[in-house]
Amino acid sequence: MIRAVGLTKTIGRKEILRGIDIDIPSGQFVTVFGPNGAGKSTLLKTLALISRPTKGEIFIDSMDTRKNTDSLRQKIGVISHNTFLYENLTARENLEFYGRMYRVKDLKNRIFDVVSQVGLDFSINDPVRTFSRGMQQRLAIARAILHDPAVLYLDEPYTGLDPHAIQILNDVLSQLNLQKRTVFLITHNFEEGIMMSDRVLFVVRGKIVYDGGRDALEKNDLRSLYLDKVKGAA
Amino acid sequence: MHMLTGIRAIVQKDLAAEFRTRELLSSMLVFAVLTIIVFVFAFDPTKAVIRQVFPGMVWVCFIFAAVLGLNRSFVSEKTNDCITGLILCPVDRSVIYFGKLTANFIYVTIVEIVTLPLFAVLFNYKIPLQAVPALVLVIFLGTLGFTAVGTFLAALSSNARSSEVLLPVILFPVTVPVVLGAVQATAAILSGALTAEWVSWVKILGAFDAVFLVVPFVLFEYVLDM
Repeated sequence: MIRAVGLTKTIGRKEILRGIDIDIPSGQFVTVFGPNGAGKSTLLKTLALISRPTKGEIFIDSMDTRKNTDSLRQKIGVISHNTFLYENLTARENLEFYGRMYRVKDLKNRIFDVVSQVGLDFSINDPVRTFSRGMQQRLAIARAILHDPAVLYLDEPYTGLDPHAIQILNDVLSQLNLQKRTVFLITHNFEEGIMMSDRVLFVVRGKIVYDGGRDALEKNDLRSLYLDKVKGAA
Repeated sequence: MHMLTGIRAIVQKDLAAEFRTRELLSSMLVFAVLTIIVFVFAFDPTKAVIRQVFPGMVWVCFIFAAVLGLNRSFVSEKTNDCITGLILCPVDRSVIYFGKLTANFIYVTIVEIVTLPLFAVLFNYKIPLQAVPALVLVIFLGTLGFTAVGTFLAALSSNARSSEVLLPVILFPVTVPVVLGAVQATAAILSGALTAEWVSWVKILGAFDAVFLVVPFVLFEYVLDM
């Protein structure tokens, strides 16, 4: 599904990603852990085609992302701690805008579906600026899944969420997991991060220092393994 | 076809957000009106010299008001990192550029529709009816050229720390041909000069517009990647 070869990203003189190779099969749930400034978000931005790598190649469904960028973006959804929502527009207007940009078919019904999924049916005509942080993040989830993406990238999505919003996000993720969608999750939260994960990556100083299956790990092992790897690589 | 749908979606989104808050248009209009008032106090409207400086005053007012709008056009996309949401959309990068350009063009045109008659009234300047079509053409081309460059440079400068200061600094030197062409063509039209005199300026404006509609088409992807 996603394959990156020799991924390098340099910003100014600083090398943020240092030759990352990764192969994520379709339907896999990958969780990425790493200390602040390790390059996790840059890796996500590069894989999600938000920014271009300085060196290296990315393939989605065996297609070179340098040649098919616009059509491949149709397969990608992103949830970040930023919501990408326009505060002066209503929830419906935001979803209509993104739906039109993604050429979503039967948009009215699709909006109704995703809004119900995140429990915002009664606030759909309210301006986003009147929403709480949790409600905005729920709407951001609706925005990200509106076009039914094959790959969902999540960059610390649990930041600032109330328990209700965490529950909704986990429900959406488990539904995507059941549908065998590819999920790439960056988080600092070991508990939430490992819950649905098939595979765990540790990124330290722009390199993958650990890449292992979820089966062999228990929550406590993961924490100590993470600390070992981070210390070892620092 | 999808290109037009994308452009229309961006324009409608921008206009809906603007007409709900009126933050941008009201500040542009207030600024334009204040500029006219300053000119009224600075120049005696009864003096004959007004006929010579009138086109320059009009364009100074249009351009300064336009800069206010251009400055906000990409800065507003930074709230909640909406610009990343736009970048993620499966459309050619030029769709984003042309969408923002169209919205900016509409704002500036609204300001022009309000301020030009106000200029004429306050300076007691009678615009000959037969000059109106040519004047509309020059204003259209001048506004298009200025907003085309402005939208491109606004995207470029939006990541800078002092983007609101940086934009005018890089915008004015680049738009000298547009401002010069627009002012000269407007002056020739209002003075009732022969068509050939202002047509050459219109050609310059048209050529500049063409260049600045094509250049961002090629370079906008790199601007958004910065």
